[in-house]
Amino acid sequence: MSSAPILALENLTMRFGGIVAVNALSFTAQRQQITALIGPNGAGKTTVFNCITGFYKPTSGVIRLTHDDGAQFEMQKLKDFNISKQAKVARTFQNIRLFPGMTALENLMVAQHNALMRASGLTLIGLLGLPSWRAAEQSAIDNAVFWLKRVGLIDRADDAAGNLAYGDQRRLEIARAMCTGPALLCLDEPAAGLNARESAALSELLLSIRSDHATSILLIEHDMSVVMEISDRVVVMDYGVKIAEGTPREIRDDPKVIAAYLGTDEEEAAAVMEAEA
Amino acid sequence: MSASPPPSSPVSPDGAEPVGAAFILRKAVLSALVALGLFSLMVGVRTEAGQSGQLEYWTRFGELASLVGAVFVGSIAVELLRLWLGPRGGLGSFVPSSVQNGLSAAGRYVAPALLIFTFLVPVIFYNQRYILDLGILVLTYVMLGWGLNVVVGLAGLLDLGYVAFYAVGAYSYGLLSTTFGLSFWICLPLAGILAAFWGVLLGFPVLRLRGDYLAIVTLAFGEIIRLVLINWQDVTGGPNGISGIPRPTLFGIPLAPGEGGLAAMLGIPFSPTHRIVFLFYLILALALLTNWVTIRLRRLPIGRAWEALREDEVACRALGINITTTKLTAFATGAMFGGFAGAFFATRQGFISPESFTFQESALVLAIVVLGGMGSQLGVALAALAMIGGFELFRSLEVYRMLVFGLAMVLVMIWRPRGIVGHRAPTVFLEKSKSISSDLVKEGHG
Repeated sequence: MSSAPILALENLTMRFGGIVAVNALSFTAQRQQITALIGPNGAGKTTVFNCITGFYKPTSGVIRLTHDDGAQFEMQKLKDFNISKQAKVARTFQNIRLFPGMTALENLMVAQHNALMRASGLTLIGLLGLPSWRAAEQSAIDNAVFWLKRVGLIDRADDAAGNLAYGDQRRLEIARAMCTGPALLCLDEPAAGLNARESAALSELLLSIRSDHATSILLIEHDMSVVMEISDRVVVMDYGVKIAEGTPREIRDDPKVIAAYLGTDEEEAAAVMEAEA
Repeated sequence: MSASPPPSSPVSPDGAEPVGAAFILRKAVLSALVALGLFSLMVGVRTEAGQSGQLEYWTRFGELASLVGAVFVGSIAVELLRLWLGPRGGLGSFVPSSVQNGLSAAGRYVAPALLIFTFLVPVIFYNQRYILDLGILVLTYVMLGWGLNVVVGLAGLLDLGYVAFYAVGAYSYGLLSTTFGLSFWICLPLAGILAAFWGVLLGFPVLRLRGDYLAIVTLAFGEIIRLVLINWQDVTGGPNGISGIPRPTLFGIPLAPGEGGLAAMLGIPFSPTHRIVFLFYLILALALLTNWVTIRLRRLPIGRAWEALREDEVACRALGINITTTKLTAFATGAMFGGFAGAFFATRQGFISPESFTFQESALVLAIVVLGGMGSQLGVALAALAMIGGFELFRSLEVYRMLVFGLAMVLVMIWRPRGIVGHRAPTVFLEKSKSISSDLVKEGHG
């Protein structure tokens, strides 16, 4: 197994016209750990996510991903769909993006598109219905069933995703991301809109994904109970720059983080900055 | 405006105002006023050129009054009908779910029954050339509808230039057979391949376009192909078209009178009906091939990717689906079936000209797909039958045919806004296949 961190951001900068959304951000996410990216609204967290998952091309900087076998990818150079296909990075969205008119099972089948595409011989073998295709399809269904059971949605497998309750949709989206067989799972506010019980179940699910499936997780989250409970490392952003990084315990007591979240007088903030420097 | 209604009073569909006599009356008066404005010039004043070319006009207030009155009464009737059907979310939910479930249950028997009947048509109506010709026409549009359904219904890409691929297929066969003497069975796959190639060519520039923009570019593409056919006289024969296109053969055996013909070989007397029946089964086989391939494709990753693309393009990208190739394969597959249908059209007619490939054809095929229910194979077949068959049925109505037809379409769209078969059948299931309500299924963004 490679010793390099799974994900390393080096001086990532993203400009939209005159606005600098992310400014020379560097951090690493360790292998088989849960790294949380937190910060007040508008800090640039989702922009970082969109850069990592290829929805934005960063203005400058390097996003390096290293697989367990040592294979390296510079993700700012990859085409958007290759970030999932080759670099094995899966993501969920802040506002859920399931395929509402397709069943839960179909959603998970679409997630296995690339593997199934190969098995169907770019459609030809599949069109003829050869046994090798049928076996591949069955194993894809088995994989989908495994994840439906894992997120507790097996009873809803044949229901349209758009008909599921909000919390169920959140879990289905995580299951769909896991069906792509990711090395790194990026979750954008997975606990948003969940009640306390659902949040606890989510924490348990994420911990098990990390330990049982050898998947590293990068997480944006506002729900501090979830962040503090499950994160191995926390990176705090504000105004597009990193203001702190450390274990949840260190972050909790960091005056700069508290200032960023609770807001401070200008002088107070300046005093904190000076004290740090 | 009226005060807030008591909780029990029925509410108008938009939920903003209470429905009462005043509301209905106001709406009816408004409709009547609009009708008065429209019809006063169209109907109220009749103009004609007189003997020496001068303008002669006279008024027809009686007709005008009766039309406005009809609109007024009709508006009241529609509102009362709405009231009687009870307050609902919108026009779309006019049909109770029990009826919808019943329809979907009946749907399971409609398709096989329709298929068996279609197979028997040449047997039952052997001596009725008119019905056989109509059957061939309907089946051609069924095939075109199923082909376009891949692009519009599954992938959600609005294509207003589908007739271009129909034309490419027809001209491919026409030119290859008259210039090189190639047989229908060699030209058929070639026509499909060439049409698919043009589908990809169209696909490339429109990859980034969505919605209205995509529709306009595809519309332009259809017109470009037609204009090229008209103006490239050396190759396409221009407005004169191509004539003397060979008739199809039964794998080399001509369906013609005399020695070597099929009738002579079988030792039966020759009849021109043989060829019609052969053409009927040929287009039926081609249409069923289209249907079979589409149904198979829906269950393959490529078909699921098309539907996923219609549902959410951004999510597709996040799941590692190559949007470019997915869109291009949808265009190519739809175009290929259009090309097959075009080759069949050329061999059936024996003569093709750009006249046959106008925008009206694209619009008709698109109407069939939309009316049938986007994505539904059975719905498209029923819509083709209703549109093409119904068109012939109302031939006796002459000038009113279009009017009746337009009215029927408006009514169907009010009754079932997502088409005759509005729900979507899942491509894979664990326990039980539950059809998905059209409310959840997206229409695509382009």
